[in-house]
Amino acid sequence: MSRLAATFEALAKTGRKALIPFITAGDPHPNFTVAMMHAMVEAGVDVIELGVPFSDPVADGPVIQRASERALAHKMSLRRTLDIAGEFRKTNQQTPVVLMGYLNPIEAMSYEGFANAAQRADIDGVLTVDLPPEEAKECSDLLKERGIDPIFLLAPNSSDERIKKMDEVGSGYLYYVSLKGVTGAGHLNIADVENKLQQIKQNTRLPVAIGFGVKDAETAKNVGNIGDGVVVGSALISKIEAHLDEPELAKNEIVMLLTAMRLALDNQSAS
Amino acid sequence: MTEKYNMPDERGHFGPYGGIFVAETLIPPVQELNAAYQRYMNDPEFIAEMDADLQHYVGRPSPLYHAERWSNELGGAQIYLKREDLNHTGSHKINNTVGQALLAKRMGKTRIIAETGAGQHGVATATVAARLGLECVVYMGSVDVARQSLNVYRMKLLGATVIAVESGSKTLKDALNEALRDWVTNVDNTFYIIGTVAGPHPYPAMVRDFQAIIGREARQQCLEQTGRLPDALVACVGGGSNAIGLFHPFIDDASVKMYGVEAAGDGIETGRHSAPLSAGRPGVLHGNRTYLMSDDDGEIIETHSISAGLDYPGVGPEHSWLKDTGRAQYPNITDNEALEGFHALTLMEGIIPALESSHAMAYAMKLAPTMRKDQIIIINLSGRGDKDMQTMAKREGIEL
Repeated sequence: MSRLAATFEALAKTGRKALIPFITAGDPHPNFTVAMMHAMVEAGVDVIELGVPFSDPVADGPVIQRASERALAHKMSLRRTLDIAGEFRKTNQQTPVVLMGYLNPIEAMSYEGFANAAQRADIDGVLTVDLPPEEAKECSDLLKERGIDPIFLLAPNSSDERIKKMDEVGSGYLYYVSLKGVTGAGHLNIADVENKLQQIKQNTRLPVAIGFGVKDAETAKNVGNIGDGVVVGSALISKIEAHLDEPELAKNEIVMLLTAMRLALDNQSAS
Repeated sequence: MTEKYNMPDERGHFGPYGGIFVAETLIPPVQELNAAYQRYMNDPEFIAEMDADLQHYVGRPSPLYHAERWSNELGGAQIYLKREDLNHTGSHKINNTVGQALLAKRMGKTRIIAETGAGQHGVATATVAARLGLECVVYMGSVDVARQSLNVYRMKLLGATVIAVESGSKTLKDALNEALRDWVTNVDNTFYIIGTVAGPHPYPAMVRDFQAIIGREARQQCLEQTGRLPDALVACVGGGSNAIGLFHPFIDDASVKMYGVEAAGDGIETGRHSAPLSAGRPGVLHGNRTYLMSDDDGEIIETHSISAGLDYPGVGPEHSWLKDTGRAQYPNITDNEALEGFHALTLMEGIIPALESSHAMAYAMKLAPTMRKDQIIIINLSGRGDKDMQTMAKREGIEL
């Protein structure tokens, strides 16, 4: 069983929800990321989504765009992101790491070159924002052969047919984009998300993590009530951005926010 | 003749190029668009409405003009200019915006968005939006806003909102990124009019089909005027819509050579250029697989060209296919050479071309003298140069 599947299974047994932070590798500096990942694990996260910086992040809002720009200014790349993940894995064998990014850096490495490197770095899942299932088979097969879960997105306008397709091609979990828009946008509507999750759950047995628009402990709690996991990204990166010269301070604030989310999620599950 | 050219396949592939590479939220609107496009391109009523607009609003057919004085001066092939500069709004861009706007109306969309580089596509979009009473938002890199301020003003007069994009290189690719972000946010009521033969399927095929009227007319006009097909076609290539529009109806005519001219900026060897087919590699950007300017890590490289409309790191996927199959050639022309083309046409024929089209003129100046006097070159004069007066004056140290 993959590390992701095992994680979601263990959570489900105790009625808990996955807390999944997203940070961009190398933001604000490549030296910062491994320590940040360990600190987030101590704050109680279950899976880490590690963003691969890209020059043209079309699905991202301004906060994650700027994170990409800061990381690229330090010559971050997909290869160096894999190095960071490998470094993290040396001292943490439990927490699944999912790479989230865009296709072109993977194309530049070649699918096979990337799949091999991801296996060496002991990556657990790969979410490629601009690679829908119709175009994904070759890359997904290479990943699956190496025990890496290809993770796919679902959107508010995804049809039953589409959800079933993701259930077939995806593994690990499905990532539900809770609103029509880019990362970090507006407010998510809990009632809408709840309705959609019912439809999604009728069409897949995979765990569903919900992201885009989770800003604080309260939204985390509300979203956790509906899905199997909660993804938080822009809210964390805003802390990094607020303390660019003091990454330790940013780290403390991120840990505080994640701790509050963890508490809110667990109280939810217990009640 | 061998089998008829019939690209792309039903999923939008031109060999390994094209396809649909977008985030999941954009899959339903892309599918909806494809269904509408397939339906209306075979709907006689839609075609009749579009043809009437092209005739009475755009001013088609555009002339095919024998540039006799310039041809004699160059001493080789006879040069014919396809006068897309004479269209309403001053470039070929309106052929496509007329078609897409009618499609938007049929689909019940009330809001139009577009990206623009030189501003020609933005103006052509704002124009059709005004005519149909649709809300219009145009994204334009802030660098381009500065160097094409006349077109920004035109768009505003036409009632469009122009949003200056400050991210990345602040040019056409970043305008496209921002338009895609807008689309994903407003998919329900918004139609994205992409201005070139790039983007996810069906855009490359759809924009080509709307622009192919250029080549259909040119083919017929050439036969009428000279009794034969041309020997060569020349057009500039940024995204490549005017080039594919001219080329497409000739693809099965094996005797007709095709030259798509890329912008070499300061020179290919300097790395400061916009010539992915000459010096790039295949990759994925803006919804399709195609030749791109990207580094070893797959990050997109900033591009350079005197011409805002060619300042783009990708190219339409069909051009990538035509390059790989050898059906078309893709030479390149530097900024300085393009300026020579600009001045030559202006002085020899009394026609001021856009800086984009000047790249095609400059290449024809090299090509024509290598050909016989009884041979024929058709150049796509894709736009007029009025919008470039400020850029030209600045380059030549003149204050207007």
